[in-house]
Amino acid sequence: MAYSDKVIDHYENPRNVGSLDKSDANVGTGLVGAPACGDVMRLQIRVTDDGVIEDARFKTYGCGSAIASSSLVTEWVKGRTVDEALTIKNNDIAQHLALPPVKIHCSVLAEDAIRAAIEDYKRKKGLG
Amino acid sequence: MKLPIYMDNHATTPCDPRVVEAMLPYLTEQFGNAASRNHPFGWAAEEAVELAREQVAKLIGATPKEIVFTSGATESDNVALKGVIEFYGHKGKHIVTSPIEHKAIVDTARWLERQGCEVTWLPVGTDGLIDPAEVSKAIRPDTVVVSVMHGNNEIGTVNDIGAIGAICKKHGVLFHTDAVQTAGKVPIDVEAMGVDLLSLSAHKMYGPKGIGALYVRRKKPRVRVAPMVHGGGHERGMRSGTLPVHQIVGFGKAAELATAEMESESARTLALRERLRAKIEAAVPETLLNGSLAHRLPGNLNISFSFVEGESLLMALRDVAVSSGSACTSASLEPSYVLRAIGLDDENAHSSIRFGIGRFNTEEEVDYVADLVIKAVAKLRTLSPLWEMHQEGIDLKSIEWAAH
Ligand SMILES: Cc1ncc(COP(=O)(O)O)c(C=O)c1O
Ligand code: FES
Repeated sequence: MAYSDKVIDHYENPRNVGSLDKSDANVGTGLVGAPACGDVMRLQIRVTDDGVIEDARFKTYGCGSAIASSSLVTEWVKGRTVDEALTIKNNDIAQHLALPPVKIHCSVLAEDAIRAAIEDYKRKKGLG
Repeated sequence: MKLPIYMDNHATTPCDPRVVEAMLPYLTEQFGNAASRNHPFGWAAEEAVELAREQVAKLIGATPKEIVFTSGATESDNVALKGVIEFYGHKGKHIVTSPIEHKAIVDTARWLERQGCEVTWLPVGTDGLIDPAEVSKAIRPDTVVVSVMHGNNEIGTVNDIGAIGAICKKHGVLFHTDAVQTAGKVPIDVEAMGVDLLSLSAHKMYGPKGIGALYVRRKKPRVRVAPMVHGGGHERGMRSGTLPVHQIVGFGKAAELATAEMESESARTLALRERLRAKIEAAVPETLLNGSLAHRLPGNLNISFSFVEGESLLMALRDVAVSSGSACTSASLEPSYVLRAIGLDDENAHSSIRFGIGRFNTEEEVDYVADLVIKAVAKLRTLSPLWEMHQEGIDLKSIEWAAH
């Protein structure tokens, strides 16, 4: 299968790879997917006291489209408020990266990762 | 060195230039129909077909009359099971085969199950081999045919066909083997190995695509198969259709070259395979070799790079043609059924890469591929949350993953 240029770019130069301190009260961690399914994404966000995502990091085990989807969402969530980040939909990711139909689930996983990270953050802050 | 590098020789092989050269005249001047008995065009075609039949027979220790040309091994495998069941079905409807066969056997056996046959699926060892004793246990009074492949196309394991053949003989059961991957790489002798039916495909042995053969034993016992393709009664009634003379000539030439060069070529591909394996294993921790090392096709290396997903690895190896057992590379999004059958967990199936080294690969290419793999795995592991967890001593099995 041929990959889009954007997928290749994110795969070759993934943005914001790494980890944030899980125990930091302002950090939310989302771990979604399963090794047995061939894809696991971990997305972490650090949120300022006024609710803006100031930093994001990811690590992904999965195909190139999964890596690209998670790399892309780290760029997209940065600078947004938590509520704005929740409006990012898998369709936007899939469209931006020109994912073929069999790779749509990789973008779904990236959307799930955003939700999971935000839920974790809210739980920590007692906002859930 | 030219890029991209082709290292997927289990999927198909390029035609050897000597094969192409042999074929060309049969597309132009010698275009006759081998069934035209009344003019020189037909005679020349027939002569060429009969020479090819001898060349193919010789590769497996058969006689020319035992070779039936088909469109490829998929057809040969279909005829071997369906044709035998149709002919001998009155004696019984039980088939013994294995879950790691090529889909041409697996799906044919499943279809026959739906038609009222019973199939025993043999257990497979974690080393990817079929224990002949299991074949013995599976045979029943109503067993008609046993089908166990010689060399596996994914993990490269080579079964003890001679031992299985002897067991089938003892029980008076027909024995078919799919020798697509071993032909020209591992010696085959249908007499010594007690094989009754055997499938071959030209494009896996440096011949053209679209041509294969089914070996059908003529003596001790005389094996009969009902035809699947009816028509003009070509190939002694077993496979009708005008013979594709140029393809058959190419197949014959490929078989002749394989017979002559198998020993030196297999030694060379084995050395390259071992070079690749040694380089990778020396530089990359946490790899798993899938399938027995001792009983293995010389050019096959199937490795799982734990904590790295196979398709992402293929993406890094963009200039290299190899394949992966990962679900992400398949339309069905299921990981390799062969790796599952040998008991590999799904995560390592997703992480597997199959390298298939062949006649035209060089040491320089092997070194290039090894370097690329080593770099790519290291890079992808820095991206892998699973690798990080593994490094921190977290048992991935202890986590409750949300399967989706
Ligand atoms: C073991 C095995 N059997 C059968 C086949 C099918 O061969 P063909 O492509 O000639 O139909 C293949 C090739 O994919 C194979 O590897
Ligand atoms: S992670 Fe499997 S297809 Fe993307």
